[in-house]
Amino acid sequence: MYPIITLSITGLLTLFLGLNSNRKALLPFSIFGLLIAVASNFLDWNKPGLYFNDMLAIDNLVLVVQTILLFSALLIVGISDGQFDEHASPAEYYALIQFTVIGALIMVSFKSFIMLFVGLEILSVGLYILAGVDKRNLRGNESALKYFLMGSFATGILLFGIAMYYGATGSFDIDGGLSMAGRLPEGKIFFYIGISFILVGMLFKISAVPFHFWTADVYQGSPTIFTGYMATIVKTAGIFAILKLTLSTFSGEYPFWSKILMVVIVLSLMVGNIAAVYQSNVKRMLAFSSISQAGFMLLSLLGLNSLSYGNLAYYSLSYALATVGSFGVLLILSNQVLENGRPKEDFEVFNGLMKRQPALAIVLIVSMISLSGIPLTSGFWSKFFVLNDAAGRGYVWLLVFGVIMSAVSLYFYFKPVRAVFKEPNPGHEHIELRKLPKLLLLATAILTVILGIAPNIFRGLF
Amino acid sequence: MIENSIEKIPDVFLQVPMVNFILLATILFLIGVFGVIIRRNAIIIFMSIELMLNAVNLLLVTFSSYNSDINGQIFVFFIMAVAAAEVAVGLAIIVMIFRNIKTIDTSLLNKLRD
Repeated sequence: MYPIITLSITGLLTLFLGLNSNRKALLPFSIFGLLIAVASNFLDWNKPGLYFNDMLAIDNLVLVVQTILLFSALLIVGISDGQFDEHASPAEYYALIQFTVIGALIMVSFKSFIMLFVGLEILSVGLYILAGVDKRNLRGNESALKYFLMGSFATGILLFGIAMYYGATGSFDIDGGLSMAGRLPEGKIFFYIGISFILVGMLFKISAVPFHFWTADVYQGSPTIFTGYMATIVKTAGIFAILKLTLSTFSGEYPFWSKILMVVIVLSLMVGNIAAVYQSNVKRMLAFSSISQAGFMLLSLLGLNSLSYGNLAYYSLSYALATVGSFGVLLILSNQVLENGRPKEDFEVFNGLMKRQPALAIVLIVSMISLSGIPLTSGFWSKFFVLNDAAGRGYVWLLVFGVIMSAVSLYFYFKPVRAVFKEPNPGHEHIELRKLPKLLLLATAILTVILGIAPNIFRGLF
Repeated sequence: MIENSIEKIPDVFLQVPMVNFILLATILFLIGVFGVIIRRNAIIIFMSIELMLNAVNLLLVTFSSYNSDINGQIFVFFIMAVAAAEVAVGLAIIVMIFRNIKTIDTSLLNKLRD
């Protein structure tokens, strides 16, 4: 609960720091703010409790997920070092990142639908701005407008579901569904409409098929650094919000929502993996890959059991590390190869990376291997655990389907890896790389491998 | 939760069945949804989204009144405040696009994907 307060303060201070024309202090201060948030997060360790009129519920599981969120934000802020040009206003970006993390923190710890809505909006409204910060770039404009319209539309659907749920249960508390007395004769119908709409609204946010159509355009048009932020934070926060719902109010209706989820998972895995094969733009490829990863994350909800929380947290951490790694390398490379004044984002930017900058090449290869789920990386175990959960509930055919789709994904995840070993493009041999991004990117690769060799280091927390 | 519920349902609500309000809210919501899907002007789409939010407000107030529970009406204030924040950001995005391409027709926004 404390990071919500400390981040509000440091976020505001970051904005004031922007008044100073010297920009050097912004990055260290933002990192400092996030580190304080991580530290204050652990004040609640082993002290589960309810806050803000019983609207937030904190326990150790939630704290671990909140730490993953803060850690991802920290990585993103760290690798943004030196990536903003003179037109940019980093003070606002860093402040918005800190504010949006607050929304994500609320989304994983809510106990009342009011808080789910407020958290979701804090996260989304900030990201609408971040998607369109490149004001003169038409693609950025387009992506901001699409994200905004689709995001608000999804919020409207979610709110309708919440209203119907309120009509059925007479309360916004997420444990209200368990004690649904059916005060109204229509209560049962309202309840089913409510949970379907809430589920659809949340699936929009984590971009699961068939609610994914905005994803590729938004990911491609937004500045790469914020695409990476979007891909990690929004997906983690959204999936844990859904998990929280399925563990509490939806838990009695498993036969109902599991059918919806099953269709969504099959479509996400299929569309995400097959569409990614045909992309020539790296960001679009990563967008479709994130759709298929959302499908895998949802598998864990389908196979709901007492270990689901830990498995999903492991998946999120592994996904966040790999995503930050791949987007970070892409960010550093594409900003140095301009094409028509815009960063070049097709697979050629990786050409000859092994010779030009071996550290980045290793980070990229580890991230791609982890995303595709090959052993010795955390991506393998994360997929293993969620598929195992789903099979444990009797969805063996879904396990087979998931493994086949993983095999398809090898094709497009290895496109950048193949490019890494090609000859460098003439004239682009030199890569400028600062210390902090290099350190953090290497840290993601090392953590991915460590978690892949000994997954129980992390799973022991649950 | 705030334990401050209305003691009894006001008479005026008993004269109109609740289902009428729910139908009205649902119809408004569906008009909003179809507006978002069919229309091509960013401002009109935006208006449709606001219509969806206001339909939800109506629904919440209805349930709040008939259930004699104040929480629904509190939530309406949250939705209003957040919708205002969304309007500020959304209009800024639309103005930014209008400055660049002198139109807000969403079908002309197809620069991505190539």
